[in-house]
Amino acid sequence: MKPLPLVLWAAGLAALAAVPWLGSRFYTFIATDIVILALFATSLNLLLGYTGLVSFGHAAYFGIGAYTCAILMKTHGVPFPLALAAAPLLAGAAAAVFGFFCVRLTRIYFAMLTLAFAQIVWGICFKWNAVTGGEQGISGVPYPDLGWMSALPLVGSLRVGEQYYLVVLVVVAACLAVLKVIVDSPFGRMLTVIRENAERAEFVGIDVRRYELAAFVIAGAFAGVAGALFAIFNRGVFPDFAYWSKSAEVLIMTILGGMGQFWGPAVGAAALVLLNQQITAYTQYWPFVLGVILIVLLFAFPGGIVGTLVAAGRRLKGASRA
Amino acid sequence: MFDPSFLFGQFVSGLSTAMFLFLIASGLSLIFGVLRVLNFAHGSFYMLGAYLAWQLVQWLGPRTESFWLAVLGAALIVAALGAVIERALLRHLYGREELYQLLFTYAVVLVLADVARYTWGTQQLTVPRPPSLDGAVNVLGATVPLYTLFIMALGPLIAVGFWLLLERTGIGRTIRAAALDREMLSALGVNTSWLYTGMFALGSFFAGLGGALVTPVRSLVPGMDVEIIVEAFIVVVIGGLGSFWGTFLGALIFGQVLAFGIVLFPRFSVFAAFVLMAAVLIVRPWGLLGRPLDR
Repeated sequence: MKPLPLVLWAAGLAALAAVPWLGSRFYTFIATDIVILALFATSLNLLLGYTGLVSFGHAAYFGIGAYTCAILMKTHGVPFPLALAAAPLLAGAAAAVFGFFCVRLTRIYFAMLTLAFAQIVWGICFKWNAVTGGEQGISGVPYPDLGWMSALPLVGSLRVGEQYYLVVLVVVAACLAVLKVIVDSPFGRMLTVIRENAERAEFVGIDVRRYELAAFVIAGAFAGVAGALFAIFNRGVFPDFAYWSKSAEVLIMTILGGMGQFWGPAVGAAALVLLNQQITAYTQYWPFVLGVILIVLLFAFPGGIVGTLVAAGRRLKGASRA
Repeated sequence: MFDPSFLFGQFVSGLSTAMFLFLIASGLSLIFGVLRVLNFAHGSFYMLGAYLAWQLVQWLGPRTESFWLAVLGAALIVAALGAVIERALLRHLYGREELYQLLFTYAVVLVLADVARYTWGTQQLTVPRPPSLDGAVNVLGATVPLYTLFIMALGPLIAVGFWLLLERTGIGRTIRAAALDREMLSALGVNTSWLYTGMFALGSFFAGLGGALVTPVRSLVPGMDVEIIVEAFIVVVIGGLGSFWGTFLGALIFGQVLAFGIVLFPRFSVFAAFVLMAAVLIVRPWGLLGRPLDR
């Protein structure tokens, strides 16, 4: 696939940035949710789609990032830029420790060990009352000081939630750009080689475990950024952030959107958030509807939303050429 | 607090937990061993078995020996449901990446959880013990309900039965062959398609049976499906996926860790099981009695 031209990047970013002016406060809220989860899902896809590692515990690093940011900002009054920088550092460090053990395992055992570590993180968040607030979590995480924005034209008149959305958008766009550079780099290609045939990769002298660990740490760090952004957006952090159901949710987003494509997980995140929001308005049986959607999708869109669209686009192109 | 009869009581409670888990996890392990599908919906089948048993007991009359009929009926209905799901849907995903099969079984979890919530509501339901097993006996100073003794006897009985089926019968040989090389087996003229359906139904039967048998001991609540599937996963992973005796061993260890974890570290019992799983996987990457999987 050709890399998406820079113009399209800019156009997409501009369209998203316009949401606070075009839509209501509610749309900005939904858009913030989507943009943050898009980063979370894309970070998982570095493992899932590019390296072929199925993690059942990616929420651990999201949770660690969220708690790091919340504890630093709420308990210690650390300014936002520092807290935001600390989140991926801690999440990445945790991913390095857990990943060291996980990458020595394969397939389902790898998945189960990532799950075990994530549940241990959840247990710590749940029980370590003095630091994490235990079951109650930490509420009242402050918005960052965005006073400097008030001096700017246009942006100055926005509410703080909308200004924060713009900050989120910039941070996520930067992270996605870095991730895109990573997957297109020789390092990223190497990950794909490992996904396709780890044994052969080893034969030609690639230190498979080291590459897998590197991917695990990078994915964990970016999940940490997403968690930090989410902690402020949500105005609080709760043990559920690291719970296995959160890991399942991000897995579903990634597969729903299409793990074979860079933009798949982001589209999956948007689809899931919008669907959830639409359907819960009509029925309390959202899990049932989601289950049925997933089953239909599995049979009707085998490559996920973006994968199927790309394949259809190719067929169309082929047909017009013929 | 740590007098011998108390410790023995904990040991017995751990053992009965282990036997329940073995019943359920053996079905999970069987399905994984033959079909190479890790079935998230196994816990949902367990939940369905429990709710169906409750329903049948209501119809047949509580506090009578018809409890046993209800248990069997519930397990058979669940087995039939498993067969239908495998035949109609899952079968078509065998050629795809295993992640898609996982996603499919997870979707079934979501659907069945809401079906149960819609049908039976969210209040706690309980089933009385059958009159024949209503009493309790005193063993080494600890009071053990007869029903618990029954479960503790049933576990090993089913384990041996399973082992005989797998190792000593023609069907068992076919099942083991299917676990090793399904293409070769179908080339030899065995109808593997129906073999898979049968195995999935059999595995589901054990989930349903476990769910139905647990009703006199635990109350039925939404979320019991997810709780048990996580525990069953831990059991089969500790023991080694697809290894029959590994599942038995895993269940025994898990039951004791749970029973004594609550006594020793009440604050940390939530994740004692996950610490156990992490520790086992770090030392033995394929579980205690498992074999390495090809990548």
